[in-house]
Amino acid sequence: MTPPRGFRVFRAVLLLAFAAYFFVPLLAMFDFSTQVRGSAPGRTWDNWTFMFTDEDLRSSIVASLLLALFTVVLMVALLVPTMVWVRLRVPRVSRLIEFLCLLPLTIPALVIVVGITNVYSWVTYVLGDSPLVLTFAYVVLVLPYSYRAIDASLSAIDVATLSEAARSLGASWFTVIVRIVLPNITGGVLGAAFISVALVLGEYVFASLLHFDTLPVAMAALYKNNGPAAMAAALASMILVALFLIGLTFLSRDRHKLGASS
Amino acid sequence: MTEQTVDRGLAVELSDLTRVYGDVKALDGLTLHIVPGELVALLGPSGCGKTTALRILAGLDHATSGTVSVGGKDLTKVPASKRDMGMVFQAYSLFPHMTVIDNVAFGLKMRGRDGAARRTRAGDMLDLVGLGEHADRYAHQLSGGQQQRVALARALAIEPSVLLLDEPLSALDAKVRVQLRDEIRRVQIEVGTTTLFVTHDQEEALAVADRVGVMNAGRLEQLAPPAELYSAPASRFVGEFVGLSNRLPAEVRDGVAAVMGREVPVLPGSATGSGHALVRPESVSVVADPAGPATVTTVMFLGPLSRVTCTLADGTLVVAQLASSDALRLQPGDAVRLEVAPAPVLVVA
Repeated sequence: MTPPRGFRVFRAVLLLAFAAYFFVPLLAMFDFSTQVRGSAPGRTWDNWTFMFTDEDLRSSIVASLLLALFTVVLMVALLVPTMVWVRLRVPRVSRLIEFLCLLPLTIPALVIVVGITNVYSWVTYVLGDSPLVLTFAYVVLVLPYSYRAIDASLSAIDVATLSEAARSLGASWFTVIVRIVLPNITGGVLGAAFISVALVLGEYVFASLLHFDTLPVAMAALYKNNGPAAMAAALASMILVALFLIGLTFLSRDRHKLGASS
Repeated sequence: MTEQTVDRGLAVELSDLTRVYGDVKALDGLTLHIVPGELVALLGPSGCGKTTALRILAGLDHATSGTVSVGGKDLTKVPASKRDMGMVFQAYSLFPHMTVIDNVAFGLKMRGRDGAARRTRAGDMLDLVGLGEHADRYAHQLSGGQQQRVALARALAIEPSVLLLDEPLSALDAKVRVQLRDEIRRVQIEVGTTTLFVTHDQEEALAVADRVGVMNAGRLEQLAPPAELYSAPASRFVGEFVGLSNRLPAEVRDGVAAVMGREVPVLPGSATGSGHALVRPESVSVVADPAGPATVTTVMFLGPLSRVTCTLADGTLVVAQLASSDALRLQPGDAVRLEVAPAPVLVVA
């Protein structure tokens, strides 16, 4: 049934209002980042090409992207087997695991950083002072969101029966997790991965206070002496995250079409 | 054992198995020997330990004490993945992200069989359960009965030493249950795999098994062929759990029980003196008699047979199972005379 005309108009107005709310700041950022310095007319891509020509900014982008990748890999490697194991073998500790995973959400980032500063002096001493050592802290940071996403996916399948069926057919525990459980919780893992990437690409407090040059830290520093270039970098990172989200959504949808996530 | 059974399976020996969960003793010294190629059904009420026994045999649970051996090999400490047993679960257990044929071939893949051999064997197994045309479907595109048939094909594809069936029909509707029950028996006879079938449905157990073991409180009360289990229960629990039984007052003297004025032989293990005889409804006949001491209470039509419930003068209820052609002549309130057939009965205290 076609909705009444008044409703359709209201819906269109609402949509436009929200679109304006979200896109006007982005357009303003784009406008600011492409203006020629001073009051000269015309447009320039200098601030966008700056991202690829400035060594510091480029290395911070690479570091943040690698951090996002390592955080996701380590988070999945830690969380999925642990959660499967807890569900199958020690369900009585599931509350404790949930509590531990959600804990970082309740403690301000600043407090965590103060707490782990001494630990990180050892970490950098042993592993070097690459920003990639932030991976360990970021895994803790993304735990609450990742736990929720993966837990919801695991609840949607009969992990115990699927695991036992695979075990009885000769699968090792590694095979059970990689070939049976993971493909059936892809949606949850992708969701957890996306949230993790978004958090890592936007995280400032840990990196800044622990003195690592990640993208947000570099952008903040850049903003002090080259506002338009910092704006271009911020907009580029937002577009990157949005494209990543769209990609994951399509990937997840394709799996549903195949019946893989049903 | 059924004559057609092909003797290709291995003997299974569960010796003095005990499983304790906290204060609960799920298994209490279970000993069970299954001969090669035999299908044994474990029957019992919820919580009797039948599934625990099966899971210990599969390696999915461990015994507190006792041993498990198959083909003379001690498997007590062997993990599930190395036991070479096929299992069909109560819950639907097909891997949702794999097609039917990939599900069936999964166990072969774990055994390192090459792709062509896997596909051929998986296809053969699907043909065996009549689902060859559904090879490329996913689990969610199949009915419950079809999913369990694929699970059976998957369990058999690895040529297991033992086939384990954990209430595989309980999630299905009545008609499909009977069809699949018969199919399981047909396939089991065809492949000759030693099979342990766990169920709480006695009709299912009696219909498919070579021998049925009745479990109660973690112990095996009786293990016998279905007909023997039904006609000669070894204990009060078996007599009351398997089939329907009337508990009629009886007096036992010299191996003969007097039940409702008739003398019937007693089964070994019966109590002596005064007690109650467990009399099957089909051993009771109902004769219309205006001067009879019993009154018809209800007549329940069950198809070719009907169940007639009568009340004796002292209030005792007696259930009789008659041919519907005879039963439908009776009306509630009719006075009748009840007679007990001279089949051996178990008398309990």
